[in-house]
Amino acid sequence: MSGGYVGETTSTVGSPIPWGTGLQAGIGPVHDEIADFNSLVLWIIVAITIFVLALLAYVVWRFRENANPTPSRTSHNTILEIAWTVLPVLILLVIAIPSFRLIYYQDRAREADMTINVQGRQWYWNYTYPDHDGLTFDSRPIPDDDLQPGQPRNLAVDEPLVIPVGATVRVLTTGQDVIHSFFVPSLGVQKYTIPGRTLETWFRPDREGVFYGQCNQICGTNHWFMPIAVRVVPQAEFTAWVEETKKKYAQTDGAAPEVRMAGAAR
Amino acid sequence: MATAKQGPVRVHDHHGHDAHHDHKPGFVARWLFSTNHKDIGTLYLIFSVIAALIGVGLSMIMRLELQQPGLQFFADGQTWNSFVSAHGLIMVFFVVMPALIGGFGNWFVPIMIGAPDMAFPRMNNISFWLLVPAFLMLGASLFVGLGPGAGWTIYTPLSDGQYHPGPSMDLALFSLHLAGASSILGAANFITTIFNMRAPGMTLHKMPLFVWSMLVTAFLLLLAVPVLAGAITMLITDRNFGTAFFRPEGGGDPVLFQHLFWFFGHPEVYIMILPAFGIISHVVSTFSRKPVFGYLGMAYAMVAIGVVGFVVWAHHMFTSGIDVDTRAYFMAATMVIAVPTGIKIFSWVATMWGGSLSLKTPMLFAIGFIFLFTVGGVTGVKLANAGLSPVLHNTYYVVAHFHYVLSLGAVFGIFCGFYYWIGKMTGRQYPEFWGKVHFWMLFIGANVIFFPQHFLGAQGMPRRYPDYPDAFWGWNLVSSLGAYVAGASMLVFLYVVWRTFSAGEKVAENPWGEGATTLEWQVSSPPPFHTFEELPRVR
Repeated sequence: MSGGYVGETTSTVGSPIPWGTGLQAGIGPVHDEIADFNSLVLWIIVAITIFVLALLAYVVWRFRENANPTPSRTSHNTILEIAWTVLPVLILLVIAIPSFRLIYYQDRAREADMTINVQGRQWYWNYTYPDHDGLTFDSRPIPDDDLQPGQPRNLAVDEPLVIPVGATVRVLTTGQDVIHSFFVPSLGVQKYTIPGRTLETWFRPDREGVFYGQCNQICGTNHWFMPIAVRVVPQAEFTAWVEETKKKYAQTDGAAPEVRMAGAAR
Repeated sequence: MATAKQGPVRVHDHHGHDAHHDHKPGFVARWLFSTNHKDIGTLYLIFSVIAALIGVGLSMIMRLELQQPGLQFFADGQTWNSFVSAHGLIMVFFVVMPALIGGFGNWFVPIMIGAPDMAFPRMNNISFWLLVPAFLMLGASLFVGLGPGAGWTIYTPLSDGQYHPGPSMDLALFSLHLAGASSILGAANFITTIFNMRAPGMTLHKMPLFVWSMLVTAFLLLLAVPVLAGAITMLITDRNFGTAFFRPEGGGDPVLFQHLFWFFGHPEVYIMILPAFGIISHVVSTFSRKPVFGYLGMAYAMVAIGVVGFVVWAHHMFTSGIDVDTRAYFMAATMVIAVPTGIKIFSWVATMWGGSLSLKTPMLFAIGFIFLFTVGGVTGVKLANAGLSPVLHNTYYVVAHFHYVLSLGAVFGIFCGFYYWIGKMTGRQYPEFWGKVHFWMLFIGANVIFFPQHFLGAQGMPRRYPDYPDAFWGWNLVSSLGAYVAGASMLVFLYVVWRTFSAGEKVAENPWGEGATTLEWQVSSPPPFHTFEELPRVR
């Protein structure tokens, strides 16, 4: 069911869809590995649940008072007890082996093409591109009244994080005030942003598009209104964007951020 | 239960005919200064029902808000966050624990082991009365200042003075301190009682499984709650006395708080579910008219869950930056818990196998519990995999998971115990029809609430959101509709209580027949004020 969904037939990638039941459709090797593993575990647990449900249904029907007036006195069966100890262990092994492989794979980028510093702040994001002369800017949510057509409510931001397609991106997260969580499910990325710590993760977007996420650790009154948008563009467009944005935010740091209490106005 | 081994249990029945043995004190002395385990158990149960009405009421208001996108009922996220936090803390500390441990534990542990009372009756009294101011303080914290809006996990720095100034967070923290002290005292009492006050012949391996579950629970409380107390004491001094245990600017570490919190918090979830395991075993055995299958396996599965439950805490912190090797360990250890849990599920089914099943209300709740706990258990296996944390951590998938094991697990355990024992406790039986109505409304309602939340979580809806992107509307609407059905079932429950007290049929010693073999079914209903004037002999 991972990556699959019901309801909508359009290929919405990068954001939740109405009545969606599986994982968000996403891109990149990290997301794909997660989705594959998720499917494996999902089918195993669905099978276990159906098995237990069937057992219960059978027992309730077969051994109801009327059908079986005299109960047995059986209270031990060594073989059975060994079986239901060993079988779950085997099932867990089937899950554990790919699971270990996955966490080591997704832990950090072996050879990153670029690094992004992500800082969660109450209640917006700050992005820095240390490999691009320290370009830095804030990313704030767009209030309902200012939404342009096509911008999803509570997900759209004024300055998305821009990434060139195909680049292996190392993400370093840190916090400034309280703990937030940088969470973009369609890229298979989530890390807390913790004051006093720097955490590392990575992703590689192999297709263009806009990928949405939201803050995922309770962080105060506007926790629900600090979305994330990642715009994946061709390399040329990225280079142009970097030059343009450098000019726009000429003073790279030290300037007081323009505080717009977007959420509080609602 | 050890009934197959222990054979017929005989109680030297001295109550009833000697009226002076059953002298009850006056109202104030009996209910305010109570030292009687049954009266204290009753106080706990009443307390739990009142707290549940408030805790469930909060969740109804939250589901009302989430029924559609946008902010309708809440002025801002802070109020919402306070509601979320209060709902969690109330349900954990003031509903589930008082009902299962303080209520049923106090009532039935002494009777089941043939003890005249708890080991420390006055300590038992203060355990209860510490909860009342604790609850009042938590309630008060909602009405002063910002409210305690940091979630039940109260992670720093959000819960620190800079981000939650004012007295509300302090009130919540001191409330936790009092509730924790109450639990620690209660735990010491249970351990002492169970180890020292068993009737002659009641060996550990003959002890009913409910008593085993309470023994393991008491150990978990005794070892886990002091760690919480230490953590929140440090948080209180960070907030009020200028220390920097968890403040990075002073050399402290917010992640340390997470480690301490979850070292308590993970055993805490087993504290909530283990007593329910015990109750389910009794009910399944009683209504199958068969002894519990694999008694020793069942007892030691609980011990194993308790032990392993202490070494898995960091699986709550897979996105907090712990090292990948550490994640690998905590992932593996967490999955191991599925094994003893599986033993319990299959042993319950095996207990029913070959039995003669009578589907009375307690049995319906027990069977419902087994299935729903299985659902919550398998989603737990999925969440244990750190590799899935980037997409599932802190989403509604987690909310669905822990409500399946708690809202549908622990709470079904509570209702299971209520219907099983209400005749014993009051001497009057519940109305069977309305009990079944209650079960079906809660079963359907709770599933409609929480099953779609798996979908919301998989789609990436974060927890603790009063408003969400429009794509999440559909399943949220369904979930809210389910909440109203489950909420209404609470009213049916209150009606059941009222009918039981006003018009319930009188109950003899053992209304459930040959399947009910533990000692409480051999004393009158309700049991005399002092249960055992002379110690029963267990053969």
